[in-house]
Amino acid sequence: MIDYITDNRSIILEALAQHVWLSLLPVVIGAVLALPVGYLAVRYPRLYQPVVNLGGLIYSIPSLALFLTLPAVLGLRVLDPLNVVAALSLYTFALLTRTVADALLSVQGQTTQAAFALGYRPVRQLVGVELPMALPVMLAGLRVATVSNISLVSVSAFVGVPNLGSLFTRGLQLDFIEPIVVGIVLSVLLAAICDVAIVAAQHRLTPWSRVGAR
Amino acid sequence: MTVTPMINYFAFLLDRANWVGANAEIPQRLLEHVAYTLVTVAISAAIALPVGLLIGHTNRGALLAINVGNAGRALPTFGLLSLMVILIGTGTLPVLVALVVLAVPPILSATYAGIRSVEPSAVNAAIGMGMRPSQVLFKAEVPMALPLIFGGLRSALLQVCATATVAAYVGFGGLGRFLIDGLSTNDYAQVFAGAVLVAVLAIALDFLSAAVQRAVVSPGVRARSTRVGSGARPTQSGPTRTDQPAPTAGTSR
Repeated sequence: MIDYITDNRSIILEALAQHVWLSLLPVVIGAVLALPVGYLAVRYPRLYQPVVNLGGLIYSIPSLALFLTLPAVLGLRVLDPLNVVAALSLYTFALLTRTVADALLSVQGQTTQAAFALGYRPVRQLVGVELPMALPVMLAGLRVATVSNISLVSVSAFVGVPNLGSLFTRGLQLDFIEPIVVGIVLSVLLAAICDVAIVAAQHRLTPWSRVGAR
Repeated sequence: MTVTPMINYFAFLLDRANWVGANAEIPQRLLEHVAYTLVTVAISAAIALPVGLLIGHTNRGALLAINVGNAGRALPTFGLLSLMVILIGTGTLPVLVALVVLAVPPILSATYAGIRSVEPSAVNAAIGMGMRPSQVLFKAEVPMALPLIFGGLRSALLQVCATATVAAYVGFGGLGRFLIDGLSTNDYAQVFAGAVLVAVLAIALDFLSAAVQRAVVSPGVRARSTRVGSGARPTQSGPTRTDQPAPTAGTSR
């Protein structure tokens, strides 16, 4: 195992680097798109159910199917990494629109009424009160999206896009367990690190929740 | 680089010979895929449901139930599949083992979370009425936990349906064959057909399981769960929040 890692250090690191951007860029894109749509679904209640249903529909499409149909839709080559970014952004978006909407709904009531009574205008109320209060629920959704993206990226190795999943195809082709174990361990570690990072960010961003928990 | 010629992506899908007749491959692969998916989910449910019920009812090993769910989500499906093939060899068994390993965590953690989400007052009422522990579990806790348990079963179903596709890479049957065989022969119409069929199958399975859920879950519980889902509760970030699944429970593919 040690020999394999030292002999293939550059290949492994390259795969890891590819894996990081292929999984995390879609999280950013999906989250940025989900915020306004999730907000609109709360602002206009008639939109809520259609948005939730559409998200569920997108989320039920198997990743491999999406990786292989998107090239036809977007006019890209099958091997283009952008297909992977687009597919995972779509999943993140589908998951997070509902989370954003539910998170904003969870702070309505006394909190928003208090802000209103204090003279907060709508924009300031949204940015200064509703979004921060909605953070715990939104970040819970972000953790799910991030972790599942990281494990999904490896499927795209199958269509030839390089990432940690390439270590799996290599191991299968050579009937060799080391690259597979290294790939799984690195993928799970990456997911764990990102998960802990989001939890730490939440801890810093929502100091009031620690006071309230007592 | 050569200019890619226009591909008629629908050629394979619309070819009648692929749908009817002795050599029709689509119905056969579709049936294979459905059979593998249902068998795997049934085996996984047989393992995960009793364990989840036990942990939820006794609240012993709660940490296990939560962590199994999280670890299952982080595990790369394709990696697990590759590992099983190297360890066990080719054939159906390693794929089934990998699929079961993937399907158990969502069912287990959802079952646990479902039982824990039942209001203590309802459980106390059941005990007060003189129910035995097994009656409390099956007559009070399980019916009220069903929406969440179904959530786990449905995400396991989608997960298995998706991963069974990837399993074609290691010689497994099902709709993934169209993807693999099409890719290896540059037959993109076949790849596209496989991808569309898998997507439609997954959506159809999800719809069907939603219909089963509507038929099985008691109307009273359904009304209650939608009220909770609308976010009427003022405290969302209390300590109990952490052992609930994220608001969007369908977490896998």
